[in-house]
Amino acid sequence: MAARSGSSEPDDPCEPALPFVVVTLPAALLTLFPGCKRRVELSAASVGTAIDALNASWPGMRDRICDSTPRIRRHINVFVAGERATLQTRLTQGAEVLIMTAISGG
Amino acid sequence: MAKQILILVGSKKGAFTLTSGPQRRSWELRGPFCEAWPLNHVVADPETGTIYAGGGNEWFGPAVWQSKDLGATWTHSSEGLAYQAGETPIKSVWSLAPSAGALYAGVEPAGLFRSNDGGQSWQHVAGLREHPSRPNWQPGGGGLILHSLVPHPTDASQLWIGISAAGVFHTADGGATWAPRNQGTRCDYLPEEQRYPEYGQCVHCVVMAAGMPDRLYQQNHCGMYRSDSGGQHWDSIEQGLPSTFGFPAAVHPRDPATLYLVPLNGDIAGRYVPDGRAAVWRTRDAGASWQALRHGLPQQNIFFGVLRQAMATDRLDPAGIYFGTNTGSLFASADEGDSWDCIAQHLPPIHSVETLVIEA
Repeated sequence: MAARSGSSEPDDPCEPALPFVVVTLPAALLTLFPGCKRRVELSAASVGTAIDALNASWPGMRDRICDSTPRIRRHINVFVAGERATLQTRLTQGAEVLIMTAISGG
Repeated sequence: MAKQILILVGSKKGAFTLTSGPQRRSWELRGPFCEAWPLNHVVADPETGTIYAGGGNEWFGPAVWQSKDLGATWTHSSEGLAYQAGETPIKSVWSLAPSAGALYAGVEPAGLFRSNDGGQSWQHVAGLREHPSRPNWQPGGGGLILHSLVPHPTDASQLWIGISAAGVFHTADGGATWAPRNQGTRCDYLPEEQRYPEYGQCVHCVVMAAGMPDRLYQQNHCGMYRSDSGGQHWDSIEQGLPSTFGFPAAVHPRDPATLYLVPLNGDIAGRYVPDGRAAVWRTRDAGASWQALRHGLPQQNIFFGVLRQAMATDRLDPAGIYFGTNTGSLFASADEGDSWDCIAQHLPPIHSVETLVIEA
């Protein structure tokens, strides 16, 4: 599901509503995707599908956050409610997803 | 008539370009580009003028950057640049080579990818990693890297590649099947009776002689070599050189008998220029004899090395020769190596040097 800024209501009233969450991206990632905002509101049930939504809006972003294992890259940290998360971490309504660059480089 | 020449530099902290007119008297430096990502190889497609930069960022992984305006603006992609789920992910892009409308990329851990849309998306050339020797490939000091890409100039189905430390491989069917091409190159790091295996050599750099597709030169961890049979057999050409160790090799743009090397003092001796004196070594007779080129190069207390992709020639006449050091200095010769100038210093460690000549 693509990132958006509108309502969290699903198109199909028979489908359960996906949690509406807010993802905060690291500044270094924004320079790689012109036009991307620091805070992105989207609907997703897990960290993995949240990253899928980011990738739908900014093609290639998944490869910058995840490797092909697939898992979150070694020097990228994702926090949900202050806890380290994986791609499988479930999201609840209103969750804050914080994607950060870890200590690395040389 | 050449209007402009660019030196393309890949470094630990981004890409740089140096631009000059055909006389190559002064150079204008620009960069760092590509968000200061570590870049292992920056090349240009001479047919289109597009610049490609391959590397890997510690946080964001591998990608190939490209610029269609000589470095003013850049985009990046790694679409398809991945092994299957569960395999060790790609850490970085190590080498790039345009060939017959395609673009090849060698990566770490060693594998080969091809793009048919100018680097927008990539397809794995799976035949190489399906070679039966693959489970036995061992990483060299720089990792298990595919660093040398040598396309045949007229037969797009042929390609030679170099992997540290698996050796040289050749395909004659566009990458479907591969054969080791290491006969005659030795492994000083193995027991004496095992020093000439079919594969497992620590090749450092493979280049092709101008106008002679069957003539290849190789700088190896253990010696310098020439093949006149497309790598079917290699002969040592290290006699007359100050060591058997080094990284880069660069061929003359027109003379297939002229080759440039930068021998270092040894693999466990520090890996800097012998005796602390910088020299490029040139042969004009395909390796039968060697000449040290020192005029204009520093000759006292010099402890730099030159990495495997950090020396190049241009196609002007007389040919320009260029090399970058792992201490961030860039040297240039506009007279085929007879004299040298330092044209940039205090750059990040230089990983690659290539050239692009733009016609008027």
